[in-house]
Amino acid sequence: MGLSVNIKKKTGDFFLDVSFETENSVLGLLGASGCGKSMTLKCIAGVEKPDEGRIVLNDRVLFDSEKGINLPPQKRKVGYLFQDYALFPNMTVLQNVKCGSKDLGKAKEYIKKYALEGTEDLYPDQLSGGQKQRVALARMLSSNPETILLDEPFTALDNFLKARLERQIMEVIEDVKAPIIFVSHDRNEVYRLTDTIAVMENGHIVDISEKHELFKSPKTLASTLLTGCKNVTRLKRQENGNYFATDWGIKLCDAPFKDKEYRFAGFRAHDLKMVTNGNEFGKENILHSEIVREVEDTFSVVIQFFPKGLEEKTEYSLLTYETDPSMWNDIKENMDGRTITMQIPDEAIIWMSE
Amino acid sequence: MDWYPLWNSLRIAGIACVIVFFTGIFAAYYAYRLPGIWKGILDAVLTLPMVLPPTVCGYFLLLIFGVKHPIGHFLQQFGIQFVMSWYGGILAAVVVSFPLMYRTARGAFESFDENLAHAGRTLGLSEKYIFWRIRMPLCRQGILAGTVLSFARALGEYGATSMLIGYTPGRTATIATTVYQLWRVNDDAGAMIWVFVNLAISTVILIAVNLLEKKHG
Repeated sequence: MGLSVNIKKKTGDFFLDVSFETENSVLGLLGASGCGKSMTLKCIAGVEKPDEGRIVLNDRVLFDSEKGINLPPQKRKVGYLFQDYALFPNMTVLQNVKCGSKDLGKAKEYIKKYALEGTEDLYPDQLSGGQKQRVALARMLSSNPETILLDEPFTALDNFLKARLERQIMEVIEDVKAPIIFVSHDRNEVYRLTDTIAVMENGHIVDISEKHELFKSPKTLASTLLTGCKNVTRLKRQENGNYFATDWGIKLCDAPFKDKEYRFAGFRAHDLKMVTNGNEFGKENILHSEIVREVEDTFSVVIQFFPKGLEEKTEYSLLTYETDPSMWNDIKENMDGRTITMQIPDEAIIWMSE
Repeated sequence: MDWYPLWNSLRIAGIACVIVFFTGIFAAYYAYRLPGIWKGILDAVLTLPMVLPPTVCGYFLLLIFGVKHPIGHFLQQFGIQFVMSWYGGILAAVVVSFPLMYRTARGAFESFDENLAHAGRTLGLSEKYIFWRIRMPLCRQGILAGTVLSFARALGEYGATSMLIGYTPGRTATIATTVYQLWRVNDDAGAMIWVFVNLAISTVILIAVNLLEKKHG
């Protein structure tokens, strides 16, 4: 049971090559726009055809290039929620839902279930954003899909509406027992809504794991950046097994596996620890830094700084530290001009080999 | 007063319009789904009659359907002769008005959001249903505009028509050819009547186009 996907598709210079399996849970596809997320969903739904591979849903083969199987989208039982909902503008709410259910009684039942009573005879452009999404959900779910694909449903919405629509989707996710794929470029959204996350870059899945695990220790540079880590550096291995962080100009100790070759390291902006002046003796992974600017965010302060004594500043040399405003005020009182000393705790360092 | 040219013009334009409606939509939908280069080639071929002088189109039609040429000769065996017959006017009108229908319909198809068709497919709707109940209604405005334009063009067709079917009062005369003939024989009063008939029809058509555009504007 579940959904298993293994497909390759070449369009122009772009090469899509993805492979994953998911049971009755929510899989997030996280990636920047143009990384192949939507193309993957379209291949599963059958509106795009992969060059080769195999797609199996609950023991039904939807696509198999070797056996020449390519079920039309009509027979796949794949529910697809489009980015702009793709409601038929020439049909009323009731007619739209009936396109999914094929049955008037069932359509009315779903209209009731999704709190759309009273809007049956309205056209999509007369509906609010929340209602549109509910019509799209009712239409899709009333067609009894065996898997559900959600293609960036909240893009281009304001924050207030976003939060409300996200709750609607959450209710569906809790209710439906089927493999669900949620696609987005927003790491927070993906984190809130899914169980497992696959990070996509350039048509490939570069990292896939349980979401807590992924955010705690992403395995690749792409997934580290996509999960929101702002501080990364290239590494140079030294003879004693330690590493030199070339973009930060410091030595990094205690890599987790001695026999593994790491190429990048990073830490999250809120993970730094302050070191009061003169107390850094005997401590490792210390950053002596020069503050460049302080940026006030809604509920936090973001401090941008350069490590001191860098031979050459690169695009990764400007680092970020994020903390709450009261904490920052305390730190500032004990600060020596624009200079600050911080430590990257061992457990906060993300080590990446690719 | 002989009203034959009005009746003849209306039936030629009407029948040509029906033919162009279906062939134009079919060709437009086909071209819309073709990949890049083929689309360009087909597009050029199908639009050619719009940029050629109608007399050149008429000349080509004579080359194909003239009774001394193979196809025309072959058709004559079955009693079909486009040259110098009223229904030859349909042929001429179809050829010159087809590009208008084709281009407007293709423009309408191209502005259609393909995700709607994808959504319909994933919901299990048949291709036929998607075409007639979703794609066509949403492209209605462009298709209607194309139909009206083709009808107007067919009604006003002169060049290819006069080459192919000439002017025989009571047999092949249309409004456009009649105006020319009456003027040629110095019957200004007669020509003026047909000029006003033509103006009246054109005005009705233009108002219809405007109403269609407003309704969906």
